[in-house]
Amino acid sequence: MNLEQANRRLSMRLAVIALGMFGFGFALVPFYNQICAALGVNSLTQRDSISNTQVDASRTVTIELDANARDLPWSFRPLVNHVQVHPGELATVEYEIVNQKSAPVTGQAVPSYGPQFAGEYFRKLECFCFTQQTLAAGETRRIPVTFVVDPKLPGDVNTITLSYTFFEVAGRGGKS
Amino acid sequence: MSAVVDSHGHGHAHDYGDHHGGYGGIMRWITTTNHKDIGTLYLWFSFLMFCIGGIMAAVIRAELFSPGLQFVDPDFFNQLTTMHGLIMIFGAIMPAFVGFANWQIPMMIGAPDMAFARLNNWSFWLLPFAATLLVVSFLVPGGAPGVGWTMYAPLTVQMGMGMDFTIFAVHLLGMSSILGAINIITTILNLRAPGMTLLRMPLFVWTWLITAYLLLAVMPVLAGAVTMTLTDRHFGTTFFNAAGGGDAVLYQHIFWFFGHPEVYVVALPAFGVISQVIPAFSRKPLFGYASMVYATAAIAILSFIVWAHHMYTTGLPVTGQLFFMYATILIAVPTGVKVFNWVATMWKGSLSFETPMLFAMGFLFMFTLGGFTGLVLSIVPVDIQLQDTYYVVAHFHYVMVAGALFAAFAGIYFWLPKWTGRMYHETLGKIHFWLTLVFFNMIFFVQHFLGLAGMPRRIPDYPLMFETWNKISSLGAFGMGLAQLLFLYIVVKCIRSGAPAPQKPWEGADSLEWTHLPTPVPYHSFETPPVLH
Repeated sequence: MNLEQANRRLSMRLAVIALGMFGFGFALVPFYNQICAALGVNSLTQRDSISNTQVDASRTVTIELDANARDLPWSFRPLVNHVQVHPGELATVEYEIVNQKSAPVTGQAVPSYGPQFAGEYFRKLECFCFTQQTLAAGETRRIPVTFVVDPKLPGDVNTITLSYTFFEVAGRGGKS
Repeated sequence: MSAVVDSHGHGHAHDYGDHHGGYGGIMRWITTTNHKDIGTLYLWFSFLMFCIGGIMAAVIRAELFSPGLQFVDPDFFNQLTTMHGLIMIFGAIMPAFVGFANWQIPMMIGAPDMAFARLNNWSFWLLPFAATLLVVSFLVPGGAPGVGWTMYAPLTVQMGMGMDFTIFAVHLLGMSSILGAINIITTILNLRAPGMTLLRMPLFVWTWLITAYLLLAVMPVLAGAVTMTLTDRHFGTTFFNAAGGGDAVLYQHIFWFFGHPEVYVVALPAFGVISQVIPAFSRKPLFGYASMVYATAAIAILSFIVWAHHMYTTGLPVTGQLFFMYATILIAVPTGVKVFNWVATMWKGSLSFETPMLFAMGFLFMFTLGGFTGLVLSIVPVDIQLQDTYYVVAHFHYVMVAGALFAAFAGIYFWLPKWTGRMYHETLGKIHFWLTLVFFNMIFFVQHFLGLAGMPRRIPDYPLMFETWNKISSLGAFGMGLAQLLFLYIVVKCIRSGAPAPQKPWEGADSLEWTHLPTPVPYHSFETPPVLH
């Protein structure tokens, strides 16, 4: 019957729309990442640039360093607990990771800042978080972070906490 | 619709027959493929869920009657707010309007039944299983998920197995909605009686056609979001799990891409019901029919580009905040077109205020108020202050309860005489309306004050200064719950012993079910399509 065929054809088309939208939900994931990259938001593990390197010697900002390893057989610590810097001044701090497992492990560090908005003014020029780190069994590694605190940092911020957390990159097992 | 001609005459009513398929008793309902039976199932199911969700709301309000912790611990409180939201939206309001769609769409367009009768049966019978999963999740170790109805990551990644129950329930609910939407679109596009052109369809049918497309576009996205949550929980993916480089804010984007159109999935059929009721009791055709259709379509399209107004405080760039703010404010334009059209329909009409009209008027006032608080919340700097306060709770209950629920009550009182062949008790209906209206405002109007004063939502405790308004709100909630028992009594009394209803109890009603079908409507209607001119 004609109507039955028309019904079936229309329902198939509608089902294709539904399936397509299910796929669209998943397509939002790379789309979101692209948008974030394009707009420069959520770029915690990207290299920053800074143009104005005028040092503001009249201010001193305390950078507190914090380090965590989550579900990772690593000991991970900064070599100093805090440093004092002037805004605009180039500074380098070092961290130490020790792989306590008898097998290679790959990890990725993600930074976070306190207060949160200070992240905008904390420009990392070199960071171990830009790439995944693979440590051989029992390996100890010293890794640097080079940064500049933007002189535009609001005047009421005197302390910035920089906290890194290392996550295991599942399935890499040191094969990176 | 005034140009239609009754080609059947009532002498032919016996042609329709009144047999209920091959089964009697419970098997009739399990195996039924009749759109009226399935509509009835949807409506009773929705009422049951409304009661369950209402009991949860009553426990929430009992806990909030006084500061401090009285009856439930905070974990269980969170589970209650989560399940209250999920059950009311997916279990009560959406099925209620699908019930109306099943009953009304075939009769309004002159079709014998829905396009896919068996699929229709399946769409309904998925729901009880989904509801069972939701309710049973309270009994598993760890209890129901206490994550809020929005199911935000990363909390969902950490919850116990109750979360998995909820995820599968959402899958089933989504499947039911998608199948229902395919069925409704096919019915409307392919099964209209000759002469029933698209722009002659009653507005209720139009709103459902657009709603069905919305469902088709967004329910799969929700299914995707909860599927990602599921694989994050059990299969080692890290869509939202920060421990593997995922992003919890991504979940919010995907969820609200579904979530905002979902608001209109609930609201548009309510607009449709109101657009049938107000002309009938104004004894005038709907003012601006074509503009109503275009406004509905415009709302549906705009609803896809406003989702991030739920996320102003997630660190959105300012450009993004501005875009979503302006887009949201833009929705007020087509919504305003609708409100003014309803008012213009009543202008110089010969109005009468039977219960359906009372609920429609209640809808008009309260829904518009909810729309205004929505506009307030759409403004970024205001929203940053009011995010997650009781102001938001008050806002969406004005839209969901005084909007959708009032429209559902209006629809029930409007069509009940046609469906059952008996009149409801008019005085009791009016009492039900006034009780509901007064208690509703008692619950939610004062929540605006609480929100403006800074009381956060989803917290079982609050500072002493909020006590008075919370007590009023809680008392209103208990009253509103009891008033719905009166509604149940009115409906049961109407079905069992109401006075016989005439073919057209409402003078101004003019769609096909009133003009072409006897009362009560026969089990099978329009087996030969009506002739329209």
